[in-house]
Formats: sequence, C-alpha cells, structure tokens
Amino acid sequence: MNFNIFLPYLLVAALVTYLIRAVPLVLIKKKIENRFILSFLYYMPYAVLSVMTIPAVFFATNHIVTATAGVAVALILAFFKRDLLTVALGASFAVFVAELIV
Amino acid sequence: MKSRTEIQENTFLKGIIDGIPICIGYITVAFAFGIFAVSSGLTPFETVLISMTNVTSAGQLAAVPIMISGGTFFELAASQFVINLRYALMSVSLSQKLDSSVTLLDRFIIAFVNTDEVFAVASSKKAVGKTYMFGLILTPFLGWSAGTVIGALAGSILPPLVISAFGIAIYGMFIAIVVPPARENKNILFCVIIAVILSCLFRWLPFLSGVQTGFVIIICSVIASVIAALLFPIKEKEAEHEL
Repeated sequence: MNFNIFLPYLLVAALVTYLIRAVPLVLIKKKIENRFILSFLYYMPYAVLSVMTIPAVFFATNHIVTATAGVAVALILAFFKRDLLTVALGASFAVFVAELIV
Repeated sequence: MKSRTEIQENTFLKGIIDGIPICIGYITVAFAFGIFAVSSGLTPFETVLISMTNVTSAGQLAAVPIMISGGTFFELAASQFVINLRYALMSVSLSQKLDSSVTLLDRFIIAFVNTDEVFAVASSKKAVGKTYMFGLILTPFLGWSAGTVIGALAGSILPPLVISAFGIAIYGMFIAIVVPPARENKNILFCVIIAVILSCLFRWLPFLSGVQTGFVIIICSVIASVIAALLFPIKEKEAEHEL
C-alpha cells in the first residue's frame, strides 16, 4: 500500500486505540456502577469477536471447503478448552491438509 | 526477612518474568497478523508500524481491510472505538490497582500496552508499582513487535498454500476465546448467536451487504451486546471476570 495514503490511517487507528486506554487510566478513579453499562461491556468482546469471525473466516483461505475444515477443527478444539495456540495451529493444520486434498 | 534468591514482588524483573508467557502467546498471534496484513497488500514495514503503535489484535485485524479498501477515517476511527472499547473498562479497573509509585506520566506509558492479557495479570495482584508495570508491558510489547516482523517477512516468502493455512490462525484464536465461555454461560452464547446472525445478514442480504466492514462490526456487536445486556444483566461477580 502507498505509504502516504497509509500513514494517516495508521495515525487515526493508533490515536483512537491509545485514547481509549489512556483517558480512563489517567482520569477515572471511581468504579463504574451502572449495571447496564457493565453488562454491555461484559458482552461486547464476545460479540465483536463473533462478528469478525463469522462469516469472514470462511473466506480466509483459498477455498471455502478448506476454511470449513479449519473452522470445524477450531470449534472442536475450543469446545474442549484447548489453549489459543493449539486451536489456531490445529485449524491451520486442518486447512493445510484439506488444501492438499482439494 | 525475605530470601535473596527469591524474585521480589513488584520489581521490574518480576514484571519481565510475568510478561514472558504473554510474550510467547503474542509472538504467534502477531505472526498470524503479519501474514494476514502482508497478504492483504500492506508492506512489511507498514505492518510492523501498525503493531508497534496499536498493540491490539482484533482492532488491527479490522483496521487492515478498511485501509486497503480506502474506507473513510470515520469508519476506521469508529470501528477501532467499538472494538477496543473494552480497554476503557480495563483501564478503569487497572487505575485502582496502581500504587503511589505510579506518576501521571507513568500512567500515559502503561496505558499504551494495557492489553487484555497484561490487564489480566495486573488485576491478579493486590497492587502494582511503576517498575513492575514497566517490566510487565515490556516483554509482551517486544513479543508483539517481533512476531509481526517474522510474520510479515514470512508472508512475503512463504508459498500460497502455507499462507492460506495461516490465514485461518487468527480466527482460530478468536474461536478459542469465545467458545469456552459460550459453552459455560448461556447468556454469552445467546449474545454470540445474535451477533453471528446479524453479521451473516450484513454479508448476504441485498442493501445491507453494501455496508462497509467497519460499520458492520460496530452495528452488529452493539446491537447484540445491548440486547444481551437488557435481557440478561450481569451480576456483580461476573463484572470481575475479564477475557
């Protein structure tokens, strides 16, 4: 990507991300008590990761078939509570094998 | 009197050591991000710059397609805001743990690498000091940067078959984060299902499929979280649990 086009994007992403972290750490000393806000922030990460993963993951490899194989392996490993690394590498390995077959 | 051989709590060295497991995990996630970003069309240098200035996996992954597709700055800023909003909560919580050795300037530095995992380790302590926190953020930051360098370079030379296989790695990690709690907690599962249904509607329904990816993430995750928060407000105890 052209660096001159890239740079403003980089600055926007970095600045927004940094301010989200820095402003509360510097300014807020009290605990949030509002139950709705706490609940909203509790569910948000799961919702974000789910939206980012499905359906995008099915288009993350060369074929939708191999991606599906990877997702299946990831779901099984995650269901049995394997750690992040095992799930990620297991899914990658499944895709690799599936691509050799397809 | 404490033994000399034992590592003292709340020191720089102890922070470094507590950061090592996070560092190792980050090397792999960052490796996957590096491959993803380079195969999307960023240069290795641009890819590493993103990791060293943002230090957030999900946010960076969402940012790359917006940059490549020429999305607006508003789309980028808004998506980063929503995806990374959880850090605000973590920073609020972390602010209560910092002891009197931490100055205002230190807070600005610590905030830069207040990631999910750094937060998780820091919040397991009663109180944390300046030098400990500096150690705790240093190793993960180095791992995140180094992993991205390796992934970005590997992404430029590895065969397409291997790149394709690693293309799923970062999503595999997301699945590994979401599935175990969703299996235990029906409310989280409900939220995940709503989010997935909405996300698929935005992909395949006419009109909705024209919405840019950054906005899709915002709209779907906010709606799903609001519905879950209204229907199943959390109890006090759950608020303590973090990713």
